[in-house]
Amino acid sequence: MKKFICIILVLVSFSNAFSQVKEYETYSAFAKAHLENLEEDKVYVINFWATWCAPCIKELPYFESLSKSIDGHKTEVLLVSLDFGNQIKNKLYPFVEKKQLKSEVVVLTDGNANSWIEKIYPSWTGAIPATLILHNEQLVFYEKSYHSKDELEDDIKKILN
Amino acid sequence: MKTLRIAVLASLLMMLSACNQNTKKKSNKEVAQSNAVNAKPIKSTIVYGYKVGDIATDFSLKNIDDTMVSLSDFPEAKGFIVTFTCNHCPYSVAYEDRIIALDKKYKSQGYPVIAINPNNPRNYPTDSFENMKIRAKQKGFTFPYLFDDGQKIYPQYGATKTPHIFLLQKTDDGNRVEYIGAIDDNVQNANAVKRKFAEDAIDALLAGKQPTITYTKAIGCSIKI
Repeated sequence: MKKFICIILVLVSFSNAFSQVKEYETYSAFAKAHLENLEEDKVYVINFWATWCAPCIKELPYFESLSKSIDGHKTEVLLVSLDFGNQIKNKLYPFVEKKQLKSEVVVLTDGNANSWIEKIYPSWTGAIPATLILHNEQLVFYEKSYHSKDELEDDIKKILN
Repeated sequence: MKTLRIAVLASLLMMLSACNQNTKKKSNKEVAQSNAVNAKPIKSTIVYGYKVGDIATDFSLKNIDDTMVSLSDFPEAKGFIVTFTCNHCPYSVAYEDRIIALDKKYKSQGYPVIAINPNNPRNYPTDSFENMKIRAKQKGFTFPYLFDDGQKIYPQYGATKTPHIFLLQKTDDGNRVEYIGAIDDNVQNANAVKRKFAEDAIDALLAGKQPTITYTKAIGCSIKI
């Protein structure tokens, strides 16, 4: 029995570590994992942020509290941190832990941003915060800060209509 | 202990694969049609500002030495490395030494750096005029560091983030935009830079040629309004 509890404990800690933050050193690995193989009819809300970006931190709660389903479509939030590689352990991990983020958090550390910014969205200038919303064959991109959950959900509804 | 770890890993793997099976995924063939690259953009935020070839406006902005500075104050210059940057943004900070190096290398060749802080310090006191003075002193800025008081200039240029470079060349028509974008291709590590975009563009102009790369992108801090 003791052993069993031990296994469960180890499992839980393992899965926490696993689910915490995945790092992508190349854009292609990130794109393969998160921009391809998308489920049909699910709304993907992909937010680009960083721990040092004040307007990003301010809008995080709207992404965290996003309705699980909007107009009958399931939603999924992905928070893509653009923190520097040398700040993942001392800034990003503690932040994710402290804020108890529910959404999936990954970090993209591909330094050659010029090579991938346009692949995410052609007119993105590279400023953050920025949000990509994907649904089936359509996508919208907003290089702006959100000021309420309603504002975010309104933008999501635009792609559904 | 070893067997325990193996058991844990095995069960983890089983759980993971079970999760995967529960998720309804498209076949590989459909993937190509549903990824972000192929999806149709239907709306974006419109960005105004200069394109390469446009004539950039001059300005009169307050420098950290409390004098007003304009591009027309540099009759000897062949052009300018107009750099929108600020005190607080980690991307700007990461590039400070490289901006100083740009000025040292190119001022004598006719292309001085003109740095402009476009942020409204109301919500970001770190970017106040007083703090600009402090930061410039700390880092030993060799170039004007101007405050876009009232935020009238950055929207005309179309700067959207810090840092954001606009390389201008003096012509009979005015200061023509020759390059817009990043300083180089690696913000995180100056030693891992493969392409020095800004330097390549200035070198081309100095050689009487058109820059081959005139537009690049980089992640940066949005300009604070």
